[in-house]
Amino acid sequence: MISALNWLAIALTLRLAAVTSAILVALGLPIAYWITYSRRRWKFLVESVVALPLVLPPTVLGFYVLIAIGPNAFPGRMYERLMGHQLPFTFEGLVIASTLYSLPFAVQPFVAALDSVDRRLIEASWTLGVSRIGTFFRVVLPQSAYGVLTGVILSFAHTLGEFGVVLMVGGNIEGVTRTISIDIYDNVQSLNYASASTTSLVLLVFSFVVLSIVYALNRRIWAVGPEFRR
Amino acid sequence: MTRKRLLILILWLAGLAVPAVAGEVFVAAAADLNFAMKEMIGPFEKQTGHRLRLSFGSSGNFYSQIVNGAPYDIFFSADVSYPRKLETAGMGEPGTLFLYARGQIVLWVPNRSTIDLAHQGMQALSDPSIRKVAVANPAHAPYGRAAVAAMEHFKIYETVRGKLVSGESALQAAQFVQSGAANIGIIPLSLASAPAMRQSGRYWTIPAEAYPKIEQGALILRQARKNGNLATAQAFREWVRSRQGRAILERYGFVLPEEGSR
Repeated sequence: MISALNWLAIALTLRLAAVTSAILVALGLPIAYWITYSRRRWKFLVESVVALPLVLPPTVLGFYVLIAIGPNAFPGRMYERLMGHQLPFTFEGLVIASTLYSLPFAVQPFVAALDSVDRRLIEASWTLGVSRIGTFFRVVLPQSAYGVLTGVILSFAHTLGEFGVVLMVGGNIEGVTRTISIDIYDNVQSLNYASASTTSLVLLVFSFVVLSIVYALNRRIWAVGPEFRR
Repeated sequence: MTRKRLLILILWLAGLAVPAVAGEVFVAAAADLNFAMKEMIGPFEKQTGHRLRLSFGSSGNFYSQIVNGAPYDIFFSADVSYPRKLETAGMGEPGTLFLYARGQIVLWVPNRSTIDLAHQGMQALSDPSIRKVAVANPAHAPYGRAAVAAMEHFKIYETVRGKLVSGESALQAAQFVQSGAANIGIIPLSLASAPAMRQSGRYWTIPAEAYPKIEQGALILRQARKNGNLATAQAFREWVRSRQGRAILERYGFVLPEEGSR
């Protein structure tokens, strides 16, 4: 059973999901912060852009990313000049595509979490002379930790299961861009059903566990203070 | 977690802790080579100590990926026109283009099918019991184009057209019919010769005059030199043309070029 698993693909996928989630924390928190506290009228436009990957066909996103990071577009040319190699069909290319694709899975829970923080606490912190950044890290973030964790877990899980975008931007190269879901696809095509079903089962169980954790976090059954613990 | 371990983790995540293994060659192979190629890499790796990484897909797809900078070292196409175009565009290592096999196509039905292939031949496709016919996508798979040509040759393309389902590659077309999702398929003989396909169905070889020759060609790509893999790619090229390589190709139903020919 264990031998049927493609460990190379699993390690690669975990690495991709971990890097993507890390980038999404760094990128998603400022975006979520802006969405939560901004009073601009055109805020809804930014919210729509963030939510786009939820409804956009993966092929559309994959197509645009492939063109954008390719040798004929400005971003792709700049990258090639700086790093000496092209982005399509590389791990870095996948990271870019995954970050875009999983953006709403991080930002939306972040926004919900930030939104639930009591504004009076934030204002109290400001009144006491703590800077905005300081307030964010010492008041807002601890108060919204569960929501942020939810966003990290969801974007991690979503990146694990990504297929269409990876196939278009990654090109199915073993050890470089062949993720678990592509490996399953390959195994089905090669009539290697035993291997495909083992890997699928692993993903199914993993997804279930992830969602259970997310719902458990949101129920806050673990969030009771120490003084209430029996 | 110690700070050092954390650092290693971060480096691993950033991809810096996984140096590219020397002599690891990336092979893009047409889907019809799926089973034959997998049988080749074992002995090749054992004898030479090199590592090969295989990707399978339709030749047309690989062609456009390579044009867009995909990092393959050697490309085994199902149709020599793609490597030829790459060579003309200066994307190949000069003088490394070679024909390695000629492909054949077959009609394939699952065991439980009531079709009598030997008697019905190509007319099986218009049998009323056939609702879905699997072929590779003719837009970018040479075997899909051969299938369409054969149907046109037997003047049944217009009647069968509405029943066609196209797989992303010849391999997917084979999977469609092997799984029973399609009732019959036009697939490469090399796939029909694979043990998994032999167990689950039977085939009839379509006469060679019904479709243009499927000349399969391969090319070492310029990437190989850049990646420092030129020698290994060349070693694999020679191995495929060696007696061992030819024996495997032959077992999978390929017609082989003259020994020593280019």
